[in-house]
Amino acid sequence: MLLWNLIKQDRGGQILLALLALAIIIVPILNGLPSDHPLHIPTYMVAVMGKYLTLALLALSVDLVWGYLGILTLGHGAFFALGGYVMGMYLMRQIGDRGVYGHPELPDFMVFLNWDSLPWYWQGLDQFWFAAILIVLVPGLLAFIFGALAFRSRVSGVYLSIITQALTFALMLAFFRNEMGFGGNNGLTDFKDLLGFNLQARETRVGLFIASAIALALGYLLCRSVTQSRLGKVCVAVRDAESRSRFMGYRVENVKLWVFTLSAMIAGVAGALYVPQVGIINPNEFSPLNSIEIVVWVAVGGRATLYGAVAGAIFINYAKTWFTTELPDVWLFALGAIFILVTVLMPKGIVGLLRRKEGNA
Amino acid sequence: MSQPSLLSEIKDKHHVFSFMQSQASPVLNVDKQILLYLEGLSVSFDGFKAINDLNLYIRDGELRCIIGPNGAGKTTMMDIITGKTKPDTGSAWFGQTINLLELDEPAIAQAGIGRKFQKPTVFESLSVYDNLVLAMPDERLVFSLLFARLKGEQRDRIDEVMTLIGLQDHSAMRAGSLSHGQKQWLEIGMLLMQKPRLLLVDEPVAGMTHQEMDRTAELLVSLSGSHSVVVVEHDMDFVRQLAGKERTVTVLHQGSVLAEGSMDQVQNNQKVIEVYLGESQ
Ligand SMILES: Nc1ncnc2c1ncn2[C@@H]1O[C@H](COP(=O)(O)OP(=O)(O)OP(=O)(O)O)[C@@H](O)[C@H]1O
Ligand SMILES: [Mg+2]
Repeated sequence: MLLWNLIKQDRGGQILLALLALAIIIVPILNGLPSDHPLHIPTYMVAVMGKYLTLALLALSVDLVWGYLGILTLGHGAFFALGGYVMGMYLMRQIGDRGVYGHPELPDFMVFLNWDSLPWYWQGLDQFWFAAILIVLVPGLLAFIFGALAFRSRVSGVYLSIITQALTFALMLAFFRNEMGFGGNNGLTDFKDLLGFNLQARETRVGLFIASAIALALGYLLCRSVTQSRLGKVCVAVRDAESRSRFMGYRVENVKLWVFTLSAMIAGVAGALYVPQVGIINPNEFSPLNSIEIVVWVAVGGRATLYGAVAGAIFINYAKTWFTTELPDVWLFALGAIFILVTVLMPKGIVGLLRRKEGNA
Repeated sequence: MSQPSLLSEIKDKHHVFSFMQSQASPVLNVDKQILLYLEGLSVSFDGFKAINDLNLYIRDGELRCIIGPNGAGKTTMMDIITGKTKPDTGSAWFGQTINLLELDEPAIAQAGIGRKFQKPTVFESLSVYDNLVLAMPDERLVFSLLFARLKGEQRDRIDEVMTLIGLQDHSAMRAGSLSHGQKQWLEIGMLLMQKPRLLLVDEPVAGMTHQEMDRTAELLVSLSGSHSVVVVEHDMDFVRQLAGKERTVTVLHQGSVLAEGSMDQVQNNQKVIEVYLGESQ
């Protein structure tokens, strides 16, 4: 009932949730068909689609702060990567003594570095519940500290975008260092199992796909409940006329701080679901370009609609997969061209086009 | 007098720790019938004195008109009162107890000072209705905003204000698609929702028709008494209408008060005539 109220007036959201529900039912069935069946979906495709869903969740988190609050974040890749690293650490701890060096506890790269014990920040991460908490807590805490400093001193606009880039860039450099204890430039990989399920198994892949679809649906409803609340209206007010909302008594810095933190947590969950499906996390996930790409997905899909971000992320990443296999050299130009075409011809993104056709702007 | 120890504070289950108390400023006190005190205010931008030793007192419930040529510092004065600009010297008090210079914009707004901007600023992508909802002073904390629901009497209040500002048929309309005059009205409506004790109104009738001007004047006059209203306006007919024969008009010039008195006194003041004639040459 409460949930239905959230999406009653939200055509795009209804379609999105219906498609996700459909995918949760259909994909396992099609994947289970014999491999010579024309409708068979190979397991690697299931993992690719699962990956798209986690990227869509990431785009959703960016739309929440950029679309609704006007904070052009160019550093959300960092929160995504941090969630991914926590998951990666959990997965590394699951390897146990099955690593190349056969050490009962230490991941291979630590043995290679001649370390003799786990660093303190790797403790406890063999427990899934603990990892699950850190997946939201670590990105959330970083976002909170960053936001408290930036928003309280009223950094905004281009300056804020630049320091979010600096944030993710600094983290990338830090994670490249071997002595940080996160595997240096190789990152974390060679995962074996998650919660006791073999990551290579078909069922696990399907399970991760379903988990990603559910996470995206829940993430959507969560973001929607924020944007539909009075807090969401205040966000839009801040976006449109920041100082006006201050003179009305709103503590703009607190609004920004909490929404930004929530968004970073969602990005962390997305990263955590991404890592087991792609099988690796390395410092390149922190690359400043990645974060810029996310903003492009949202712009292409259509800002401040939430489902537009999902559509943009899936569309661009599908195009990326297609180009990088068919015409790898052309991809970056194609991405640039899509971005320019969409921003010039369709300022409201792909979903803006559909909405106009529907006739209810 | 002994400091209560932390232990006894913890033992007292009714104790409210200082970090949990809201940072609300002291209670407004207008025992001396003065709501706003501005004394010896000066502020300069890159060496240019926009406000220069300004002294101004607004009585509780008074309607005060402020006029002055372009660049006289009228808007800057409102910026100081509302916390947007910090003065170099001087003091600004709201009643006897609230030191405005110690507070920031949201705290000043919550203390009871509302402002209408020279350029109408409404929240363009929100509906007229939502603009009014946000202006209500009830919820300001992030978490209570997340769960805020409109109560019956709040709805009635919004309907009442919407009728008053003549936008009752546009409640679902995006504020951005209103006409200039309608935006002015909406902003006035937002001020009314905010229920401030002091209203600062910067050029409210720019872009309004004569009829709308009359209604605005009527509204502002009706608000005085229960609120103090400070109106900055260039339109002399409108000022005459507001000030009538009795009310005080203040003339600002080069950042300080040039003259103060009834409309007739001010208009016949030699210095005022020079300033206005000097400008029109
Ligand atoms: N932030 C600022 N930086 C530099 N100069 C400023 C700033 N704000 C105001 N000024 C200058 O201070 C002077 C007073 O400006 P203010 O806006 O207060 O005048 P005003 O009386 O409201 O004029 P108007 O009738 O045109 O609205 C002007 O010369 C203006 O250029
Ligand atoms: Mg002005």
